[in-house]
Amino acid sequence: MTKYLDVATIRQDFPLLTAPFHGKRLVYLDSAVSGQVPLPAIERMHHYEAYEHTNVHRGVSTLSQEATDSYEGAREKVRALLNAPSSKQVIWTRGTTESINLVAQAWGRQNVKEGDEILLSAMEHHANIVPWQLLAQEKGAKIKVIPMNDRGELILEDLDGLLTERTKIVGVTQVSNVLGTINPVKEIIAKAHAKGIPVLVDGAQGVPHMPVDVQDLDCDFYVFSGHKLSGPTGIGVLYGRKELLEAMPPWHGGGSMILSVTWEKTVFMGIPAKLEAGTPAITQAIGLGAAIDYLKGLSFDRIAAHEHALLQYATDRLKAIEGLRIIGEAANKASVISFVLEGIHPHDIGSILDHEGIVVRAGHHCAQPVMQHFQVPATTRASLAYYNDEADVDALVVGIQKVKDIFG
Amino acid sequence: MSDPRELYQQVIIEHNKKPRNFGKLEPCTHHAHGLNPLCGDDIEITLVIENGIVQDLKFQGHGCAISQASSSLMTTNVKGKPVEEAEQMVEEFRAMIRGSLDPTKDPNILGRLSLFQGVRDLPSRVKCAVLPWATLHSAIKGEDVTSTE
Repeated sequence: MTKYLDVATIRQDFPLLTAPFHGKRLVYLDSAVSGQVPLPAIERMHHYEAYEHTNVHRGVSTLSQEATDSYEGAREKVRALLNAPSSKQVIWTRGTTESINLVAQAWGRQNVKEGDEILLSAMEHHANIVPWQLLAQEKGAKIKVIPMNDRGELILEDLDGLLTERTKIVGVTQVSNVLGTINPVKEIIAKAHAKGIPVLVDGAQGVPHMPVDVQDLDCDFYVFSGHKLSGPTGIGVLYGRKELLEAMPPWHGGGSMILSVTWEKTVFMGIPAKLEAGTPAITQAIGLGAAIDYLKGLSFDRIAAHEHALLQYATDRLKAIEGLRIIGEAANKASVISFVLEGIHPHDIGSILDHEGIVVRAGHHCAQPVMQHFQVPATTRASLAYYNDEADVDALVVGIQKVKDIFG
Repeated sequence: MSDPRELYQQVIIEHNKKPRNFGKLEPCTHHAHGLNPLCGDDIEITLVIENGIVQDLKFQGHGCAISQASSSLMTTNVKGKPVEEAEQMVEEFRAMIRGSLDPTKDPNILGRLSLFQGVRDLPSRVKCAVLPWATLHSAIKGEDVTSTE
C-alpha cells in the first residue's frame, strides 16, 4: 500500500483478486487491457437485471420510467466525471473503437474531402488509426503522423509544420497504451485550435489514471471505454462539442433516434438520441455509473498519486534486472510499463509468468506502428491500477527471474 | 496447467537460440509466408522439392521460442523426406497439438517432434507451434501466404 490508498481494503471489493487462482495469489497487472470491476458496480448491475429490467425511453410504465432515470443518471455521472457542459454531449457507444468510428463516419464523411489531411500521433492504438484510414481511402485524403522520439515522447516542435490548411482533424491519445506516455494534449489542442482545427482525444488509457476536464482541455471530441474504467465491457462514451455533434448526420438509423417517420421522410431527434439508434446497453451504462461512483469515492487524485508512486517503485525494480529494457521512458508517464528481455520473446515471458499467476500482456498491444518505431516485434506490458500494490510488483520481479532461469 | 518447464525443455531452448536451416533458398521451387497476426510471429519458408522429395528447406523470420524451435525442428525432420511423409507430419503434428493424437500411444512418425505435445496445455500458444507446419502445408500446396487466424 502507499500513503494514498489502502489497497488491502480495496482488494476486498474484487473477488478475483482475493480468491486463489490455480492455487496461487492472482497478480493482475493487465488493467490496461481491462480494469477489474468492483463489487458495488457488479451488484448494481445484478440488481438492475434482477429487479428493474425493462427498456428505456419506452411507454408510460413506472418500471420503464425508473430504468430511464437510472440510465440517464449514469449519463449525468459521466458528464460530471468529464466536466462536460451538458449530459446531452455524452453519447453512449460500445467503446472507444465505436466512438472513433462514429466520429470518422458521421463527422468525417461530411468534413473530410479529397486531398485533406488527418493528423494522428505516432503512438496511436489501432482504434485511432484504422477508422481514419478507412475514411481517407474513401475520400482520397491523407494520414499524416506527429513523430515521437526514442523516449516515447511526441516531438511537438514538428507540430506547427504538420498543421496545415489541409488538416481537417487531429487525433491524439491522452496516454499511450504501450509506452505509458502522458501526452500534452492541452498544448496540442491549443496549437490546432489556433489554426481552427478540431482535436479528438483518445482517453481510453487516460481517464482511468487521472482527473479529466474536457472544458479545461478544450478538446472537440473525447472518447473512452467503460471497461478500462472498472466498468463492464460493451459500453463507451463519445463526448463532443455541442455544435459539432448537432451538425453531424446520424450514423446509425432506427428506433430511439427519431421524432417521426413516414415513408417519405424521417425527422430525427436532437443529441444525444440522434446518435444512439436502437436499444442501448442499459445495464452496462448503469454499471459504468456505479463504477464511476466507486472511483470517485476513492478520489481520482489519490488514485493518480498512488499509481504514480507504484510506477516509480516498479520502474526502479525492473530497471535493476539485467538484460531488461523499458520501452517508453517519457518524463511524464502513467502506470503502464512495457519492457523487453534480451533474447527472450514476450510471448514466452507471458506464458511463464501466466503459470506463476501473473497476468501481463504480451504482444503488439494493437499498436504495431509503435512496435515498428522501437524495432521490436512485441513487448511485455505490466499495467498498474489502484488495486495493485508493491507485492504485485515484487511478484513480477520474481517471475521475470524465473523466466531468465528457464532461458538460461 | 502443466509446468512451463516441461514445455521449455532444453531442446526447445537450444533450437530457439541456434535455429537449424535458418535462411532462404534461392532459387527455390516452393515458398510461403506464415503470419500469426495476434502475436506477430512471422516466418518465411523456402523449399526445393524434386522428384517428390523435399531435397532442402530453410526458414527465416522472427517469433517466440515455441514458433522458432518448432520451425527449426520441422526443417530437420522434413529435410530429405518424401512430400507425402511431410504432409503426414503436418497432419500428425496438428492432431498432437489438438490432443487427438497421443504420440506416446498412437502410431506416428513424429519422432522428436513429440516434444511439443505440452503445447496442447497452453491454448494461447498452439498457433505459435503450428505456424511453421501450416506454412509448410501452404508452400507445398502452392499458396503464398498463410495465417493461423
